Amino acid sequence: MNVVAKPKLARNIGSYLLLTVLALVVLAPFFIGLWTSFLPTMQIAKGNFLSTDLSFQNYIDAFTQTPILHYLGNSLVISTVTMFAQLLFCSMSAYAFVFLDFKYKRSLFVLVLATMMLPFEAEIIPNFSTVKAMGLLNSYSVMIIPFLTSAFGIFMLRQSFKQMPAELKEAADIEGLGHLQFYWKIVMPYNRIPLITLGAYSFLGAWNQYLWPMLTTFSNSFRPVQNGLRQLQSEETFNDWGMIQATAAIVVIPTLIVLFVGQHYFKSGANEGAVK
Amino acid sequence: MSITLNNVRKDYDSETEVLKDISVNVETGEFFVIVGPSGCGKSTLLRMIAGLTPITAGEVKIDDTVVNDLPPKARKLTMVFQNYALFPFLSVWDNVAFGLKARKLATDDINARVKEALKMVNLTDLAKRKPRELSGGQRQRVALARAVASDAKICLMDEPLSNLDAQLRIKMRQEIYALQRKLGLTLIYVTHDQVEAMTMADHIMVLNDRHVQQIGTPSEIYQNPRNDFVAKFFGTPQINILPATRSEENSHMVNVSSDLQIVLDEEAPAENLQIGIRPDDMKVQLAEGVDANAVVKNTEFLGDQTIVYATLNSGNDIHVVVPGKADFRNYEPIKVTADSNLMFFDATGKRIDISKEAYVHA
Repeated sequence: MNVVAKPKLARNIGSYLLLTVLALVVLAPFFIGLWTSFLPTMQIAKGNFLSTDLSFQNYIDAFTQTPILHYLGNSLVISTVTMFAQLLFCSMSAYAFVFLDFKYKRSLFVLVLATMMLPFEAEIIPNFSTVKAMGLLNSYSVMIIPFLTSAFGIFMLRQSFKQMPAELKEAADIEGLGHLQFYWKIVMPYNRIPLITLGAYSFLGAWNQYLWPMLTTFSNSFRPVQNGLRQLQSEETFNDWGMIQATAAIVVIPTLIVLFVGQHYFKSGANEGAVK
Repeated sequence: MSITLNNVRKDYDSETEVLKDISVNVETGEFFVIVGPSGCGKSTLLRMIAGLTPITAGEVKIDDTVVNDLPPKARKLTMVFQNYALFPFLSVWDNVAFGLKARKLATDDINARVKEALKMVNLTDLAKRKPRELSGGQRQRVALARAVASDAKICLMDEPLSNLDAQLRIKMRQEIYALQRKLGLTLIYVTHDQVEAMTMADHIMVLNDRHVQQIGTPSEIYQNPRNDFVAKFFGTPQINILPATRSEENSHMVNVSSDLQIVLDEEAPAENLQIGIRPDDMKVQLAEGVDANAVVKNTEFLGDQTIVYATLNSGNDIHVVVPGKADFRNYEPIKVTADSNLMFFDATGKRIDISKEAYVHA
């Protein structure tokens, strides 16, 4: 027994050592960022990273001296609206692509997919001239309207709707459910896992937007949090690094919350029992 | 509520014909079983009655009203599916109540019906559970409860038991039968299992190759199959069908694969025939030399009976059911005879009626 177990243990030790080193490499920037957010800027400037002069002062400063709360509010509004809009519109289009019959259904779907092939950066100039012509610059709408729906979301939900057992639709037909009732009472709850996934994905996508808001917003009243963070760095004549790190740490918190809450739902087997 | 089909046809496109000329009348309160091998169109036929699949031609009547163009809901029926089709996000109670809520019944009425339905299928204690927390048999009971709770008097079932294991299937078979009788449902039940058809049906419709092969009571179907397909489909082990020719010397005599001879009271109706003999209508005995007409291939002891597999000298395989335990060794020469319940089919498989008693001897 021991003879067999020993090389396995040795191999495991090697693997774990390698994994630990890699984890450290990946996580180090986060830890350094978090650590420095508790240090006074004077210590950071001196390069004294191992100082034990830790405090929450940077966080207090961030909330009292910068418009970070306002940025957070902006981002929250934009991300939440984007998320719900994408959930609604993507699920409705996916429903149409799966459960309705209409002319050119296939071609239309291919067209939707084709927009996925185009990187967002390539669409920025035409999109910019469009929103400018619509007079939407520097508003919430400019950061929401272009992202009301997403080809990826439609594609993803279509795939999971397609996997619903045909008998559920038949059972609904027997009870006389219309399309809207079937969509709302059966398709949506049945696909809650993909919907939560898409919701988390689109919320974080909107939360982490940088390029588009940078081009289309000019004032703190509409600037989302990522751009606000950048703003902190240039606005001040003297860069208060401790406070900037504290702000960055605050900005990451919603992402973590979404991931933790989301993870709770990503359990397998939630739809077991519908059909054998 | 009775159901009538008149010359119903289904084509998926101009080339693929799925069902042809289906006509049948299902009486109120009848347990009607549609049986056939997989792919024969029995589920399609059920969905056409339900209104889930449009029909190409013919008419479907429920209580003398043509319902061809009515949506499923307006046909006032319920359906139980092979894989249950439960809503995984709803509790047992809500699954049963779902259809009633969709039909906008009063809350008191819904509660009373669901309670009664769950009691009938013995699920009262599990009302709060989700489908995933139930066993296969319990899930199927939820599906049944949905049908029971509805006030619809027509229930369609599409192979409801085929996902269950053998013992549970027998139990659920009895439960379904009891429910149907108790509620007076007109039940159309689709299955590929001839035992389910035989044990539950008032009338059986045998479907194969796009056509109705036969409609009749279980005993009619078993004792008087209209063709060799029906004869082969019912009965375990399967009926022996052997090729036969009219004797050239005596037109009253038929040679069955050159090993058995049958003397008829009338002239054999065709030169080439097929004879069907149920395994339990055949007899075997040990024989020596010229008396033997077959060789034992294998035997299966089932407790109350033994199945003897043998090869006739002509090369045709047969099987014979012998009551109790039979001691035959492999390769032992035997003599096979049969003297009653012979069925005659023509070369195409169609049943030929031969009125008088026929006799077989070696």
